[in-house]
Amino acid sequence: MAIDQTIEQKQAHRPGSRWRNGRRFALSLGALLLTTALTFLGLLAITFFIGRVVPIDPVLAVVGDRAPQEVYLRVRSEMGLDQPLIVQFVSYVGDVLTGNFGMSVSTQRPVAEDLARVFPATLEMATLGIIIGVVLGVPMGVLAASRQGSWTDQIIRVVGLLGYSVPAFWLGLLGLLVFYAKLQWVGGPGRIDIFYEGLVPSVTGLILVDSLLAGEIDVFWNAFGHIVLPASILGFFSLAYIARMTRSFMLDQLGQEYVTTARVKGVPERAVIWRHAFRPIRVPLVTVIGLSYTGLLEGSVMIETVFSWPGIGNYLTSALLNADMNAVLGSTLVIGAVFIAINKLSDVLYRVLDPRAR
Amino acid sequence: MATITREWLLTESPGSRLQARAGRAYRVTLALLRNPLAVIGGLIVLLLVILAVFAPFFATHSPYVGVLTDRLKPPSAEFWLGSDELGRDIWSRIVYGARITLTIVLLVAAIAAPLGMVIGAISGYIGGWTDRILMGFTDIFLSMPKLILALAFVAALGPGIENAVIAIAITSWPAYARIARAETLTLRNSEFISAVRLQGASVARIIVRHVLPLLTSSVIVRVTLDMAGIILTAAGLGFLGLGAQPPLPEWGAMISRGRSFILDQWWVATMPGFAIVIVSLGFCFLGDGLRDVLDPKSGNRQ
Repeated sequence: MAIDQTIEQKQAHRPGSRWRNGRRFALSLGALLLTTALTFLGLLAITFFIGRVVPIDPVLAVVGDRAPQEVYLRVRSEMGLDQPLIVQFVSYVGDVLTGNFGMSVSTQRPVAEDLARVFPATLEMATLGIIIGVVLGVPMGVLAASRQGSWTDQIIRVVGLLGYSVPAFWLGLLGLLVFYAKLQWVGGPGRIDIFYEGLVPSVTGLILVDSLLAGEIDVFWNAFGHIVLPASILGFFSLAYIARMTRSFMLDQLGQEYVTTARVKGVPERAVIWRHAFRPIRVPLVTVIGLSYTGLLEGSVMIETVFSWPGIGNYLTSALLNADMNAVLGSTLVIGAVFIAINKLSDVLYRVLDPRAR
Repeated sequence: MATITREWLLTESPGSRLQARAGRAYRVTLALLRNPLAVIGGLIVLLLVILAVFAPFFATHSPYVGVLTDRLKPPSAEFWLGSDELGRDIWSRIVYGARITLTIVLLVAAIAAPLGMVIGAISGYIGGWTDRILMGFTDIFLSMPKLILALAFVAALGPGIENAVIAIAITSWPAYARIARAETLTLRNSEFISAVRLQGASVARIIVRHVLPLLTSSVIVRVTLDMAGIILTAAGLGFLGLGAQPPLPEWGAMISRGRSFILDQWWVATMPGFAIVIVSLGFCFLGDGLRDVLDPKSGNRQ
């Protein structure tokens, strides 16, 4: 609903003189950059708060409760915890900006290195998921709107609501049970069979792309068999949201007078829908797709746990269970930063694409 | 009170505050009853409440103590939804689990909704820099991944139901603040607020007595729509082992334990999942219906 409101506000812009519009565009971009910077700072403040303020004693978490007093004090000053909070925060921001997220207790490697290793797997799955969501969700939403009130519309509505009420991890388990264990249509957990592991050199970190680059079609199909189920499940959740929003945008357009005019003039219904009504909603759809992409990054946390997918979500949950705070906060920061970046980027795209906001 | 008739409830000029309120409640109920999905949703939520309150009455077995010789039995006349790896009846555990789900949902709503409403109302009514700072803060929270933040909070606070509730509440108030602010802006310059102000009412009094009550209906709609999300997040935390701890029959935690038996004893993980889906769908249906009735303007959009 918040999206609807911002979109309404944006649609309220009326074209003025070209010069004023250009200046307003520059100003609004400047304001956007400022709020983006502030949002990143807010994200840092929250992770700092979670890491340093919420735990009763972060030092104890590192040294254990049987450490002698001098060890405790040494670690405390090494961690900078004897400094005032604001000083700690500034040095924390400095660390993060230079890519220093600390060491992971469980993998014994720098968190930044771990994250760089696991992130492509998540990116690959979420991207395939959003493609599925857009390719199916947009036509479903258009179809539902063009047959408002029919049983097609009702079914699409229920599918949409299911997307809000089915736990992702449960759907993942059911999917594995049905499509992997019983029907054997897809590969099991993991990114690829052990047999194929390490066969293609890692160039982009995305197995589907790497295997094609290396010309290993077998590897590609094996990896595809593994990714298709988790990506489809993620895709289902974005489909639900995208179809719902597309339907509501389309209904707004189909109620407009220009649509009636086109129909009266005898334009075929298909052309009315796709050539007339669909065109203006492409711009708000960009925002919706951006938002659902960020939703997929979140959803991947649960899905990756179920599918043992070696991505950032799996890394985060295993860090949670090992109380590996550096890894938890590092993953939170990276996911949060990508989240904010996509949010703001779709905002910019909106302004660039929408002729009224230009 | 034999005077409670249809005419008394639907009168255009209610004689008392009570009559006006009863009439409004009656009209909302009538409108809801005309929407089949809302009725289904309402029934599901009602069923959840009844199961939770009278859990001992509906449970056929103990939710905590099982008989080991009865472990992993398929659904049957004795174990309606089968039994788990400790021989506990899954139906009984789901019934008791309704208590946990309902508690979590109510606590999150009771913390997050008033917090968001107060922040939004103050922000919208006072305006200026107060507004800018509060809304900047709200927007920062809004543009962050909720589930991930909740996970990080629970990681720092430690696992458990109370901490899960705190973490979910911390991440869900901003949406209510946004709605409350938007509504307050439309109320701020209305004549009845000016009248109260001219009578010398303080800002606090205006916000508490005159603005907040008018915000409740849209916030209630939003809270009902958010219930499904809250249930899913709580179940997700339980699934990851960060929410309710064993032996509590929390639905997400039950799915997590059934995961090891999914290939041969599918019912252990599947049944609690159905409970989650049904209850979440119920809240979605009810929320959709409530929105159409209480907030018709946005209802047309979706």
